[in-house]
Amino acid sequence: MRVAVIVFPGSNCDHDAYFCFKKILSQPTDFVWHKETNLDSYDLIVLPGGFSYGDYLRCGAIARFSPVMKEVVTKSKKGIKIIGICNGFQILTESGLLPGALTMNKNRQFSCKDVNLKVENNKSVFTHLCNKDEVLTIPIAHSEGNYYCSQEDLSKLKANDQIVFRYSAPDGEITSEANPNGSIENIAGIINKTGNVLGMMPHPERNAEYLLGNADGIKILSSLVESFKGN
Amino acid sequence: MKVKVKVVLKEGILDPQGKAVLHAINDLKFKGVEDVRIGKYIELTFTGFDRSMVENETKEICQKILANPVMENFDYEIEELT
Repeated sequence: MRVAVIVFPGSNCDHDAYFCFKKILSQPTDFVWHKETNLDSYDLIVLPGGFSYGDYLRCGAIARFSPVMKEVVTKSKKGIKIIGICNGFQILTESGLLPGALTMNKNRQFSCKDVNLKVENNKSVFTHLCNKDEVLTIPIAHSEGNYYCSQEDLSKLKANDQIVFRYSAPDGEITSEANPNGSIENIAGIINKTGNVLGMMPHPERNAEYLLGNADGIKILSSLVESFKGN
Repeated sequence: MKVKVKVVLKEGILDPQGKAVLHAINDLKFKGVEDVRIGKYIELTFTGFDRSMVENETKEICQKILANPVMENFDYEIEELT
């Protein structure tokens, strides 16, 4: 399996993602510039965090029209696994690969801190190494992470078990105090209906090594790598 | 030809920026303002003079990129330049 970390002008978590897959998980990994139009050699596509195009107009609104995104959309339909982290999540909603939108944090602040995430769905390729209802501690760093979607989309997300992570208290209780940005129903991460595309605001690539004190993020990235074994 | 586009958050979508400005207005002792909503104003200058082409392109540009239909509405005015 081979990993593509897409680099947009303004991406800034691309090196962290690359380090995780290449150095920690020992997978062949390449940086791929956003002008690339062929991703045939890749089995996993990472849309990293950052401020693509300076967040001009709306977060992800311009990156979504980068040449590589047409290919990302094509690959998503073929079942290629795609993970969008933070700005990557915003690009996925802007491009219509995931429903809803990410808007300004309710408290108008850039929030950069550890949050607790409850694993609502541990059957996905992104979370199968987690226990159901396990609480992970993973950092967030964003101003526009307030997830919004229509009631219709929300019902579909629930019916298809597409809500993967919710912001929770340390004991897993879903409370408004635990919600760092005002997201509808504390949603922190969702998958598409076919389960091969994940978008999440928290940064698993930022705490993927025990050396840094907490390596909860590696569970998500390892789940992905493990999902290729036996294929 | 110039097109003046306004993009605003849909009703019911929280506008934290608007809320902050409302608080500041209230702090300034202006009593009459009940709500503030902040949107975007965008000017598009077209080289052509074909009004229906300009209108069609504007609509498509708004739907595709200037507004996010999940949370925003748009409106525009076409101004003939002399």
